[in-house]
Amino acid sequence: MTEYNLNGQTCRGDKIKAKNLNFYYGSFQALRDINLDIPGCAITAIIGPSGCGKSSFLRLLNRMNDLIYGSRIEGTIELDGKNIFDKEVDVVDLRKNVGMVFQKPNPFPISIFDNIAFGPKQHGKKSKIELEEIVENSLKKAALWDEVKDKLGQSALALSGGQQQRLCIARVLSVEPQVILMDEPCSALDPMATLKIEDLMRTLAKNYTIIIVTHNMQQAARVSDTTAFFMMEPDRAGSLVEYGLTSEIFTNPKDKRTEDYITGRFG
Amino acid sequence: MEIRTDFNRRLREIQDDILIMGSMVETAIITSIKALKERDIDMAQQLINDDALINRKRFEIEEKCIKLIATQQPLAGDLRTIISVLNILTELERVGDYAAGISKIVLMIGNEEHLKPLIDIPRMADKTTLMLRESLDAFIKQDADKARAVIAEDDDVDNLYDQVFRELLTFMIEDPRTITRATRLIWAAHNLERSADRVTNICERIIYIVTGKMEELGASNY
Ligand SMILES: Nc1ncnc2c1ncn2[C@@H]1O[C@H](COP(=O)(O)OP(=O)(O)OP(=O)(O)O)[C@@H](O)[C@H]1O
Ligand SMILES: [Mg+2]
Repeated sequence: MTEYNLNGQTCRGDKIKAKNLNFYYGSFQALRDINLDIPGCAITAIIGPSGCGKSSFLRLLNRMNDLIYGSRIEGTIELDGKNIFDKEVDVVDLRKNVGMVFQKPNPFPISIFDNIAFGPKQHGKKSKIELEEIVENSLKKAALWDEVKDKLGQSALALSGGQQQRLCIARVLSVEPQVILMDEPCSALDPMATLKIEDLMRTLAKNYTIIIVTHNMQQAARVSDTTAFFMMEPDRAGSLVEYGLTSEIFTNPKDKRTEDYITGRFG
Repeated sequence: MEIRTDFNRRLREIQDDILIMGSMVETAIITSIKALKERDIDMAQQLINDDALINRKRFEIEEKCIKLIATQQPLAGDLRTIISVLNILTELERVGDYAAGISKIVLMIGNEEHLKPLIDIPRMADKTTLMLRESLDAFIKQDADKARAVIAEDDDVDNLYDQVFRELLTFMIEDPRTITRATRLIWAAHNLERSADRVTNICERIIYIVTGKMEELGASNY
C-alpha cells in the first residue's frame, strides 16, 4: 500500500483504490489498466491533456457511467475496501457517499433553501427543524451562509457564478458524503471566486476526501496534496503516467512526459 | 513545432546572461591577482569601481527571473532552473566581491615590496577561475557529473591555501616585523579560497537543476 506524508502526518492510500481498471465506451477503450491508491482526507488532483479520460475516471467513482449505453468496466474500484461495482451495492447510497460538483454551477431553478433541502428530503429527512439545521450547516461549511442567510427564499439562479458553485458544494455536503468529486469546478469562475472555492476545498479536506479534475496547473499545485497525471496512449486509451505528492510532481516529476506536460511543452 | 517559444527564448537569454556575468567575475579575479602581483594601485582601484557593474548585471538578471516567474509560472525543471539561477547569481556576485576585496588589499599594500615572489596565490587564482569556467560549462550543458567533478577540484584550492598559510606563518615566526605584510597575503589567499567554495555552491545548484536533489558535497574545512 502506498503511504504519503501529508501535511505532517502519514496517510495511507486506502480510501479509494482502483485496481487493474479498464473502461470502454462500446468498442472504444477510454481507460487502460489504471492502478491508483487515493488517500482519505486529502485532495487529489487529476491532470492531463483533453480527452485522456479524466472525467470518465471521475464519473466511474460514483458510477455515473452506468447511465451510458454500451459502456463496460473491467477491474475494480474499492471504496473503504468494498468494490463499488458489486451487485449488492446500492447506487443511490453510493452517490450519496460520493458526491459530485460539475464544471458549470447547476443549481435547480428553485429557492436557495430548497436547493439544499432537496437531497436530504430524498433521503427521508422530513421535519422542518431538521431541514433548517441541515441547510444552515451545509451553507456554513460551504462558506456561503453569511452571504445568503437573509435571502434563503430567493431563487438560487439570482446568485453569482461563484456563489452558485458554493451552493452546489453545499448541496453535495447536505447529504453528508465522504468523498467529493469535482470536475473543473472553477473553469466558469473569475479569479476571486476561484480562490474562494480553493480555500473552501482546503477547509473541507480536513473531513472529506476530494478529487478534482483541473486543466489549471497552478490550481492543481495550489490546492492538492497528491496529483495523478493521465495521458492518452497511441490508440487514445487513457492511462496513468505518474502519481505522487503534488510537491514532488510539480518540482521534480519522475517521468519525462509529466515534465513536458506540466511545463507546457506538449498537450 | 516547439511549444512555449517565447518562454524558451527568455530562459535561454537568462542562461546567456549568467555566462556573461560569469566571465565578468572571472576577469575580476584574474585582474585582482595581476594587480596584486604587480602592486598596481590604479588597476586595483579600477577593479573596485567596476564591481558595481557586476552588481548591476546581477540585479538585471534577477529582475528577468522574477518577471518570468510572475508571468509564466514555471514548473518542474523550469522552476528548478530559475530558482537555481537566483542562487547562482548570489554566488557569482560574492566571488566578484572577493575580487574587489583582493583589490582593496592591493591598495593597503601600496608600493611596499612583497615578502617573496607570489607563486601559490596565482596558482590558487588559476585553479579557481578554471573551476568557475567549468562550472558554467556544466550549467549550460546541464551536466551533473561535470558539476561533481568541479566540486572535487576544490580540494586542490584548499591544499594550496594550506601551503600558502604555512609558508607565511614561518615568515611571521622568524621575523615578527613581517606580520603585517604576511597577514595581507593570507587575506588575499583566503579570498580565493572562499571564491572556490562559492563555485562549489554553484555546482550544487547545477546538480539540483538536473536531478532535483539537494546534495551537499562541497563541505570545506574552512
Ligand atoms: N459518452 C461517451 N460516449 C463515447 N465516448 C465518450 C463518451 N464520453 C467521453 N468519451 C470519449 O472518451 C475519451 C475520454 O473522455 P473524457 O471526457 O473522459 O476526457 P477528459 O480527460 O475529461 O477530457 P477534457 O479534459 O476535454 O474534459 C474521449 O476520447 C471522449 O471522446
Ligand atoms: Mg473532462
